[in-house]
Amino acid sequence: MALKTVTGTAECPECFAEIDLKNVMQNEITQCPECGTDLEVVSVEPLELALAPEEEEDWGE
Amino acid sequence: MKVGVLYSRVRVEEKLLFEAFEKRGVDFELLDDRELIFEITAGPRYNDYSHYDLVVERCINHSRALYSLRILNDRGIPTVNTAHVADVCGNKLQTTSALTAAGVPSPRTLIAFDSESAIKAIEELGYPVVMKPAVGSWGRLLSKINDREAAEAILEHKEVLGSYQHAIFYIQEYIRKPMRDIRAFVVGDECICAIYRGSEHWITNTARGGQSSNCPVTPELNAICVAAAKACGGGIVAIDVLEDPDRGLLVNEVNYTMEFRNSIAPTGVDIPGRMVDFSLKVAREGWAPANGWTSGEAAYQAVSLTGDD
Repeated sequence: MALKTVTGTAECPECFAEIDLKNVMQNEITQCPECGTDLEVVSVEPLELALAPEEEEDWGE
Repeated sequence: MKVGVLYSRVRVEEKLLFEAFEKRGVDFELLDDRELIFEITAGPRYNDYSHYDLVVERCINHSRALYSLRILNDRGIPTVNTAHVADVCGNKLQTTSALTAAGVPSPRTLIAFDSESAIKAIEELGYPVVMKPAVGSWGRLLSKINDREAAEAILEHKEVLGSYQHAIFYIQEYIRKPMRDIRAFVVGDECICAIYRGSEHWITNTARGGQSSNCPVTPELNAICVAAAKACGGGIVAIDVLEDPDRGLLVNEVNYTMEFRNSIAPTGVDIPGRMVDFSLKVAREGWAPANGWTSGEAAYQAVSLTGDD
């Protein structure tokens, strides 16, 4: 498959800042440059961000 | 060849792996672990994943990784890593036991199932000791226990506030290492690179702010890391090594879904490229040849499925 990436802007669901996103893909984890919250790209068309899930007990490497 | 990449979130590591697959012209699909449905009986969905020649696992949850790998391996689908590797590496008790069985040196470790026997074990090792949850990563819930009062408080907290898994006490001697440890990356039968993780804090994980710099792979480091990887079932693993002033290198932990974003620049090694090349070799030649094993080592072994949340 060819990786589908998009460039654009989306709103941080935590602080409502408009964030520039470059070459991001579905489910990519990013961070809001304004408030530092971890975010997940939940849609690329249109670009949409949601809070990344909270860390769970068995998360890790 | 058709490759599936099982993932939870697209972090820097996953993106680099996707790019490495793409660069090699490999036909691959992304499998979001939140969307998976496995039929583990002989029903119409049983063959949903049978068209994959290989599945590369990049889940964040240990339980999801372990169960998915078990199901895929049970139906003969090659995976990187195997369920056996995930089972051993995902549980520190199993890791240390496997390392010791293979003659790989580790910090002295005692296991206890009750707070009274845990206190006895702690005092036998002598303060300070390190207590860790058997399942967990990124340096979470590690305790350095300096005296009996702290020991009693932590044991009570673990018994009262944690799940039963937290009352399996993994107690390790504290190694008076330099203000760093070594994170070594093993792919098959080679330690491809390593970094020093330096920190003023006794927990040196880069996820906790440790600073990374290149660590030369000496023959000694390569030998102990390859032996540790093999003890845990082979494959692609990241090994945490401590430098004991008297005993030399000790293997502390082995990680099976390794993170490597902070290690490419200091080492100059194309870690995702090496991971993908190894994975493709597993698909083409099988687990044992890809690991350089020639003595009939078993690739797939029974697993205990100890990855309960």
